[in-house]
Amino acid sequence: MIEEDDIDLLLNDLFDLYGYDFTRYSRASLKRRVVRLCSLDKFPSFAELRYRVRNDPAYLKRFVEEITVNVTEMFRDPAFYKSLREDVLPVLGTKPFIRVWHAGCSTGEEVYSMAILLKEANLLRRSLLYATDLNPSVLEKVRKGIFPLNSMKQYSESYIASGGTHDFSGYYTAQYGQAKFDTELSEKIIISTHNLVSDSSFNEFDLILCRNVLIYFDKDLQDRVLQLFDASLGTLGYLALGTKETLKFSVVQNKYKQLNREKIWKKIS
Amino acid sequence: MEENLLTATCELMLIGGSAGSLEVLFKLLPLLRTDLPFPLALILHRRSSGDSSLSDLLGSKTLNPTHEVEDKEPIVPGTIYLAPADYHLLIEHDRTFSLDYSEKVHFSRPSIDVTFESAAEVYGRGLVGILLSGANEDGTEGLAAIKNAGGTAVVQDPDTAQMPFMPHYAMTHLRTDHVLNTIQMAAFINSLG
Repeated sequence: MIEEDDIDLLLNDLFDLYGYDFTRYSRASLKRRVVRLCSLDKFPSFAELRYRVRNDPAYLKRFVEEITVNVTEMFRDPAFYKSLREDVLPVLGTKPFIRVWHAGCSTGEEVYSMAILLKEANLLRRSLLYATDLNPSVLEKVRKGIFPLNSMKQYSESYIASGGTHDFSGYYTAQYGQAKFDTELSEKIIISTHNLVSDSSFNEFDLILCRNVLIYFDKDLQDRVLQLFDASLGTLGYLALGTKETLKFSVVQNKYKQLNREKIWKKIS
Repeated sequence: MEENLLTATCELMLIGGSAGSLEVLFKLLPLLRTDLPFPLALILHRRSSGDSSLSDLLGSKTLNPTHEVEDKEPIVPGTIYLAPADYHLLIEHDRTFSLDYSEKVHFSRPSIDVTFESAAEVYGRGLVGILLSGANEDGTEGLAAIKNAGGTAVVQDPDTAQMPFMPHYAMTHLRTDHVLNTIQMAAFINSLG
């Protein structure tokens, strides 16, 4: 049984020893991840887990990767991608150069989805997609652009539902149960570690996507991150969040206008 | 068992259901008192495409305000909440909801176990969990967690369930407090203060 106090101890260790600040993460989810990892890695007790985290920097990498949620998929919520195609890309297309930031991109399935949209709108050549996450190991997967082949059937269905009219399998090569996406897509993706909790703005973007990341943060941290996005968005830039995330009641809500039913906002001031 | 029924003060009620559970809710919700003194959250297995009209449909069966949970929303008595499709629903210690898109549990997101276990830690004795019809093992571990924390575990009478597997599986793995048909369930819920 892991108590609240144990989680506090662990979070203090992570901050003091490694500089990772998880104290403003949603506690219920975080605790569930710690309990899950404890049983996954067969620690006889919480004390052993804590000892390992404190004393084994190699294990720390796995720990951080496992207590953060790295579940993602291509063209998740097809209606959202349809709106990007129809409402956002035509406007971005009027710019000479397009910068997109995927904040908390995890293994990158959504980044590749976006690259495909840009390619189909004939905008990929003058676009750059910045993909950031706090986990270096997931970024390695983004760089490679290799995803499980057995997910492709579902991704292909979502792609079509998002308004895609090409042959989805034309974007990847199947090999050894994996789908490797075209380098034409990956060469437009710039990866970097970036921690939304502690790092600051690093560029100005036309579109920022941060989907299903804010749900893991408490209200204060959500506001901090939204201000970071606000500082990183050009005038009339777009901000896209997950289906259950909102700018409503946030500190920046008055500067944004929601486009339609999808969670896409335009910066208006 | 009877004593538990009379003395329990319910601070949060959770109802979990899978295949065959909607029919039960359509019958149950109109029978509930319109001034529920506690919050009620529904965790239902459904298609991940997130058809939010389900909350409207459920809401049409009751005068209690009904809506899909928003992230970080406070849990308020008298309200019926529906777990959103394709997210796990968790409970924070400050009695707000939070959402989570982690791995499916028992092939399900939302998973009934996940919400039941999370709520058990926060609400302890004040939690009532009800498990309805379904063809899945989800919910049993959650009900056990509720029992361990001092709460009350209820299942739909498998004989009245379209898919008896889920409540039956719970009954064979833990000592449930009540096994009820829909009418009895309504009376039980309305008796809680």
